[in-house]
Amino acid sequence: MKNNKSKFSKYLVSGVAALALAAGAAGSASAAENGKFRVGIVTFLSGPAAGPFGVPSANAAKVLVDELNKGNLPAPYDKVGINGLEIEAVVIDEAGGATKQVEEYRNLVQRQKVDAVIGYVSSGDCLAIAPVAEELKTFTIAYDCGTPRLFADNPDAAYMFRTGLDASVDNIGAVRYLAATRPDVTRLAGIQQNYSWGQDSWADFTAAASALMPEAEVVEEQFPKIYQGQYGAEISALSVKRPEVVHSSFWGGDMEALVLQANARGLLEDATGLLTCGEASFATYKDQAPNGMIIGARGPFGQFAPDNELNTWFEGVYQNAYDLEPVYPATKMAQAILGLKYAAENAGVGDKEIASAEQLAAAMKGATFESVSGTVEMARANGHQAMQGITYGEYHYEDGVASIKNAVSFAGECVTPPEGVAAADWIADGFPGAQCN
Amino acid sequence: MRLDKTEISLGLVALACVLFGFVSPGWLIFLLTIALAKALVVQGVVMQMRSGLVSFGQGLFYCIGGYTVGMGGQFFGIHDAIAALSLGMFVAIVIAMLLGLLLTRYREIFFAMLSLAFSMILFGILVKSQELGSTDGFNVHDWTLFGWAPEAGAGSQHTVFTMTVVAGLIVAVLLHRYTKAGVGVICEAVRENEVRVEYLGLSPRWLLYGNYVAAAAVSALGGGLTALATGHVDPEMAYWTTSGEFVFIALLGGLGHVAAPFIAAIVFSFVRTYAIEFVPHTWQMILGFTLLAVIIFLPKGLWSLVSREKTGERA
Repeated sequence: MKNNKSKFSKYLVSGVAALALAAGAAGSASAAENGKFRVGIVTFLSGPAAGPFGVPSANAAKVLVDELNKGNLPAPYDKVGINGLEIEAVVIDEAGGATKQVEEYRNLVQRQKVDAVIGYVSSGDCLAIAPVAEELKTFTIAYDCGTPRLFADNPDAAYMFRTGLDASVDNIGAVRYLAATRPDVTRLAGIQQNYSWGQDSWADFTAAASALMPEAEVVEEQFPKIYQGQYGAEISALSVKRPEVVHSSFWGGDMEALVLQANARGLLEDATGLLTCGEASFATYKDQAPNGMIIGARGPFGQFAPDNELNTWFEGVYQNAYDLEPVYPATKMAQAILGLKYAAENAGVGDKEIASAEQLAAAMKGATFESVSGTVEMARANGHQAMQGITYGEYHYEDGVASIKNAVSFAGECVTPPEGVAAADWIADGFPGAQCN
Repeated sequence: MRLDKTEISLGLVALACVLFGFVSPGWLIFLLTIALAKALVVQGVVMQMRSGLVSFGQGLFYCIGGYTVGMGGQFFGIHDAIAALSLGMFVAIVIAMLLGLLLTRYREIFFAMLSLAFSMILFGILVKSQELGSTDGFNVHDWTLFGWAPEAGAGSQHTVFTMTVVAGLIVAVLLHRYTKAGVGVICEAVRENEVRVEYLGLSPRWLLYGNYVAAAAVSALGGGLTALATGHVDPEMAYWTTSGEFVFIALLGGLGHVAAPFIAAIVFSFVRTYAIEFVPHTWQMILGFTLLAVIIFLPKGLWSLVSREKTGERA
């Protein structure tokens, strides 16, 4: 009897293992070729980046895919789904680090048989995925991550594209905005989260400032750790140096905490805040942010998106579905999906046919397509990186309504390094070849 | 060398795994590679658990292994996978020999917290090293095996998978012998009653020291293999949630057998990947419930499904 029971347990263990493997094999078989265009959507659904970035992006993807499947978009995107095929979105959580994302990316491509992948907020994830996209030959669009290393480290990328802008554009644009609207500023300070994003942002900002605003000096810099939440000491350190502008690349909960605390301590009354990701919390500041605080949206997105037909339509359906205006991560996700649709419908395949990754990549490379943010030119990194202008403006809140004032836009050629030139070198050389309006 | 029954079955399973690698889809090979590589780190955690110490900082050596492989290729021209993995183990051993001097003076929660602190120090250092890509990390590529460069894609994936299975087999056999040998049994005695072991004329501290250093080497091997398979390393490898995952898998498998961490790591990977697929918004909850169920119904881990009867007899 005892022996039997022990044997039974052994069978149970091997049975469970066999079932798991069988489920895996079955999953891959049933998912393949169901006549829909399958898109993997990867963004943060949990963790600190979910609230400010991931959830608005996933919401935008959901509403846009629904509307595309109904064929409700204005021209030139009025064709149902993608190339007449219904779109099936497979949404995956980006939380958990690069190793896990590589694993899940392979699962998306090889088990779920997606035709393309759109995703990645974290620069580390983008850098880890790029070589895998090449290995698996899968058309992949990075929609938000900002690292300039994406194409610098992968110069031969054939399948990886990015429809969002490089992070150096944010900071060059920020300095150009200061130079245009506050040319007399001489005292700059900065507070950044101590990780790649904050370090790179501050390096680009200070370099650009010394080139474009030679009179200005950096009086203080603070690097608290990410997700610290309490910035009392840093705000004091900044306040005593009496800066005129405080630059920050903070995002999400950290940024809202900083604005709240710095405003309460009077720092943002004496100095103008400049938040490169500030637009992501546009709807939640209310009266807690001071009027005149400069905010950016990492490109012509969110509040800074132009009044074109596509964007008006997109804002309408997003507002209908979620009772909120789309913030910049939502606009960027919509842009990536429209980019994919453009590539799939201009890949030279017949109606209701799915283009291969090679055809998609050939159609996307160097393309110019219409988007919710205006016209997007894939004009950098051998036609794999989008080039667009960037807009900054001041936050104002009056009578319960938030608005943007004094917005200034800079053309793509004004804030983007020429092809083949690293942002740091371009800034150091004094922006040769920049065409500003 | 006489092989006992367990060793022969481990060898057969390893052979079956390698053969299975030739017929299974790419995603499954990758999932198994990562699961087995992580299981090596879990072996390190389990080694210490058997002597009563819970390491919440095994990610330290996982990360050291991964970064040594990555930096070896990137900065020092060490492209041979075996050389890079050995170097990773060597670096881990040297660091463990230093840290072990301090850590083995502590037990229980103090050991757990100190080990966690050291892994977070490495995390902090890496985050501040912009040359190493800070939080973004860097890619690991262009590695070779005895001068032979496996073709990119499926070829290199199979090579890493086979290497991981072989490494897992070697470690499993060595650990199996270690746990059966006198010194391994004393590890359990240290957990039960350290003072008595001392009265027997043995030094629990040096025993734990040796155990800690060996666990570090095994974990670094797991980290190096993960880096080769993933093609990317980042400081997240040393973050406390990563170390927590290893403890999670160790608890899932139990301390009953050298095969338990491998099985647990594979089960963990499958539960996680299907949880992410089917419930993308609440996959963490599925993992939590799994651990909860294991703790409640199988307090000695998944392996107790196999060994329940035998323990019953002994009791």
